[in-house]
Amino acid sequence: MSINRRKFLKMAGISTILGIGGVSAVQGVKNHVEASQVSRNPAALTAKRWAMVVDMSKFKSEEDYQKCINACHLAHNVPHITDNPKHEVKWMWTETYEHAFPGNEDQYRAERFQEMPFLMLCNHCENPPCVRVCPTQATFKRKSDGIVMMDMHRCIGCRFCMAGCPYGARSFNYKNPRPYINESKENREFPTRMKGVVEKCTLCYERLAKGLQPACVEASNGALIFGDLEDPNSAVRKVLSERFTIRRKPELGTGPSVYYII
Amino acid sequence: MLEKAIYGGRRYWVWIFFLLGLISVGFLAYLYQFKNGLGVTGMSRDVSWGLYIGQFTFLVGVAASGVMVVLPYYLHDYKKFGRLTILGEFLAIAAVIMCMLFIFVDLGQPLRVLNVILHPTPNSVMFYDMLVLSGYLFLNLLIGWTVLGAERKEVAPPKWVKPLIILSICWAPSIHTVTAFLYAGIPGRHFWLTAILAARFLASAFAGGPALLIILALIVRKYTKFDPGKEAIQSLGKIVTYCMLINVFFLGLELFTAFYSQIPGHMHSFVYLYAGLHGHNQLVPIMWVSSILAVIAIGLLVFPQIRKNESLLAVACLATFFSLWIDKGFGLVIGGFVPNPFERITEYWPTLPEALITLAVWAIGFLVLTILYKIAISIKEEVVFDKYGEKQIKAE
Repeated sequence: MSINRRKFLKMAGISTILGIGGVSAVQGVKNHVEASQVSRNPAALTAKRWAMVVDMSKFKSEEDYQKCINACHLAHNVPHITDNPKHEVKWMWTETYEHAFPGNEDQYRAERFQEMPFLMLCNHCENPPCVRVCPTQATFKRKSDGIVMMDMHRCIGCRFCMAGCPYGARSFNYKNPRPYINESKENREFPTRMKGVVEKCTLCYERLAKGLQPACVEASNGALIFGDLEDPNSAVRKVLSERFTIRRKPELGTGPSVYYII
Repeated sequence: MLEKAIYGGRRYWVWIFFLLGLISVGFLAYLYQFKNGLGVTGMSRDVSWGLYIGQFTFLVGVAASGVMVVLPYYLHDYKKFGRLTILGEFLAIAAVIMCMLFIFVDLGQPLRVLNVILHPTPNSVMFYDMLVLSGYLFLNLLIGWTVLGAERKEVAPPKWVKPLIILSICWAPSIHTVTAFLYAGIPGRHFWLTAILAARFLASAFAGGPALLIILALIVRKYTKFDPGKEAIQSLGKIVTYCMLINVFFLGLELFTAFYSQIPGHMHSFVYLYAGLHGHNQLVPIMWVSSILAVIAIGLLVFPQIRKNESLLAVACLATFFSLWIDKGFGLVIGGFVPNPFERITEYWPTLPEALITLAVWAIGFLVLTILYKIAISIKEEVVFDKYGEKQIKAE
């Protein structure tokens, strides 16, 4: 078969258009598919919207808090930076009432409440400002279960999310974090980070996928209650319907998913 | 036209090499930052933006202010600004380039910067900021270059430039509005969460930018045969006066709302900046320097007799520029982060590498500005002699 130049150009043109069209069609589909495993582990824990209740009455000593914090920080290779508090990286930590709930201070409140350390972590907001401001979708809310996720490989380190978060839940790697991770205790199943990216609690998505509770919940001896906020029969909803709980800065409309029982 | 930039006297080359020296030092400092991370700066978990983003914010204002000479000339046919428009447009180009560099040096992972284009995110204000800034840079380059090129050939600029000029006039306020939205839409940062922020930004920009332009025009007249025009400078002086007054008025509005309502969150940042909070007062001296400079500037500017004296006008413009540079290039950003969301205080002060990098970015801006001004002025000296009806000052 012989083709002349005109025919050749026609074919080339059509295949180019099809090619471009095909690529954009694939792109379109790709944008609707969430990053996930090839097939879900049948044992994986799932929910429509994960939430946590912190039962302060069950934290008796400093050690109880430290157990949760250590479990989290070891599971995620969070660097332990002590030489400069400005460069601190933390996913879970404690604050006293006046700092955890600023604007609700009351000097006459019983002393034990004033000094009680509250466990702080990312609130996995229903309407997260960090996700709204991120210019690359490196931080995003997972559609399936509402976890506010962090893609440390996409993050450009602009720190807009740190300005955006009203809960101070985000840390930036001001230096290479790897020398600050105890090598003997390193969790080889969770990646370490490089300098220049933001990180925070991701509600142990990697453990949920294997059917495990978040590390802090597991270590808390029942002080942290974890479950699906949209399931009326979940452990979380049961507690919320029985006990008086508060959330941090609910007036900002972020819809925090972490509740506190005092 | 670029060839004009490679012919210059001794003074020109000394200045160019001085700037190149600053750039080299800053470049080395940047390599140090690149290797070790942003920990080499004074920024922290609590104050996560610092001098870089402050300078970026301030310079977007300088870039936008080019419109203050372009608008009267093209929309109101105010001929006196004819010689200033190119200086305004080229200043805008240099300022936008500095803005982009300040964003770049602030990134933790600079090599991933193209992720902003690869994963466009229309809900992020940063995305729009990238669009409006690059658009504004493109418009100013195209317009400035075309109009100057036409002038060089002594022909009228092509017709298609006019709609682009109108577009750039509308575009200018947008770049600073979007920059204000970076801050003003963030919940939980009381200092920034104010509807008047964009208006404040524009007022301070239209005072600070033209103030810088007046100083540049005076330098140009002193060292070259090109005179941007005495009356043009006086008109710009009026613009600086009004905008500076509006800027101070807007700041007063913020102070009233904060201190009459007595809502602690609204007062804290102001108290920290101007008086110190819980014993933390590192920024108090420079904030007062800024305020005193503003008072001096206004004191000199409001009286026409004083303003008409060009040396005093220059002093007033320098005071305006540095007052706003401290207020917006530093206080505004740091104030928003102090106190932090836990109402704790972490202070911030730039480190030496951070200062050197900042200086280098300014040097790059001035290098671009020098080259562009050299080209523009060489052409003006050749062909627009006495074109605008006002007698050109003859050198020698």
